[in-house]
Amino acid sequence: MIATHYIYWLIIVLMMSGLYIVLSHGHLLKKLIGLNVFQAAVFLLYVSFGKVAGGTAPIVAPGIETYSHPLPAVLVLTAIVVGMATTSLGLALAVRIFREYGTLEEDEAIVAEASEHTAA
Amino acid sequence: MTSEIELISLVLFAILVVTAIGITRLRGLYGAVMLAALFSLVIACLFVVLDAVDVAFTEAAVGAGISTVLMLTVLALTRAREAVTPRRRLWPAGIGSVLTGGLLIYGSQDLPAFGARDSPVQRHPITEAYLLESQNDIGVPNTVTSVLASYRGYDTFGELAVIFTAGTAVLLLLSYVPRHDPDFERRKLLLADYRILRVVSKILFPFIFLFALYVQFHGDYGPGGGFQAGVIFASGFVLYGLVFGIDNARRVVPRWLLRVLISSGLLLYGGVGLTSMLLGGTFLDYDALSPSHPVMGQHVGILLVELGVGITVAGVMTAIFFVFADRRVLQ
Repeated sequence: MIATHYIYWLIIVLMMSGLYIVLSHGHLLKKLIGLNVFQAAVFLLYVSFGKVAGGTAPIVAPGIETYSHPLPAVLVLTAIVVGMATTSLGLALAVRIFREYGTLEEDEAIVAEASEHTAA
Repeated sequence: MTSEIELISLVLFAILVVTAIGITRLRGLYGAVMLAALFSLVIACLFVVLDAVDVAFTEAAVGAGISTVLMLTVLALTRAREAVTPRRRLWPAGIGSVLTGGLLIYGSQDLPAFGARDSPVQRHPITEAYLLESQNDIGVPNTVTSVLASYRGYDTFGELAVIFTAGTAVLLLLSYVPRHDPDFERRKLLLADYRILRVVSKILFPFIFLFALYVQFHGDYGPGGGFQAGVIFASGFVLYGLVFGIDNARRVVPRWLLRVLISSGLLLYGGVGLTSMLLGGTFLDYDALSPSHPVMGQHVGILLVELGVGITVAGVMTAIFFVFADRRVLQ
């Protein structure tokens, strides 16, 4: 079990460290970094399903018999660029939040919003 | 898997875990962002070990390149230091992550052994179709490209639409009315005042764009394609913007041009689909582009579609950087 599955477990450890960063930190940019760590680990898990022992990259060439599966690579390749685009959307929202409340700390922003409500 | 490769991946995993711990511990956010870049770079190395070279290419260009620059520009717009994380947050987060991780590891026991030849993924008939039949049907050696642009062209069209939408949303969120600000002109410090940076970056530009073109049009035969090329193109403009200032970069790539690029790539992709429909095929069925010689049609279709991907990705990434890097955005 350990010899055949430890790669998955290492990937899960990485995934969980991303989750931990997202949950524990109050700073929105740190949360986005954590989300990226989580995301990268998920990509790794996906790609690991396509790997064949002794295989090579799925670029067909004469004299090569064993190839790893191209499909996980395709799905992850597009997902990385999409992930980048959505991360920058998150960053844009963070900039707007900073402009509104003068902070990127979740707790401070909530307090600022609450006091705004009581003032109004 | 031979033992050397196993050893390499173990070392890479160790670096990744240490980097992730570093990211949680660092309160200075510039450091955390640089560690995130390192994390991406090491992940890219792992992708190479896992035989996903196209993915590694993308991760290196996106994660370690553009994404880092964007985060740094956002830090420049906001505060670069994080408050002390209160202890009451740490424990629930830790317990939650450990529990979730434990469940996932428990569940992973049902997965086939890593690298097994007889796993469901490898035994599925589609594997044969993608690796062997694609050589006759499409004739592109890099099967990642043929799956991306032809077999799963719908998917990629959808992903490109997501990138387009996210880019448009960022521009809407951070757009501002450009106005002349003499104070701004005086305050800004140009990196171009440093002679070495100015000269070296000027020498680099032609090679960056040449490399991007190579990646764009050589994606059929080696790792590469529209997504990677788009990001590399954008990184050329990002470098220009960083060194010569955003106003000069805007003179090279004006706002209207970026808007045209962002939408025309997606339109080109959709247009190829509609053309194949008009010629009697189904949506994105490139065989219809050249009925007498379907492989030729596939080549033309893949080339155009990848070009569309490259144009939109380059446009979106450049536009996002410009809008973040413009300090006037805060006023």
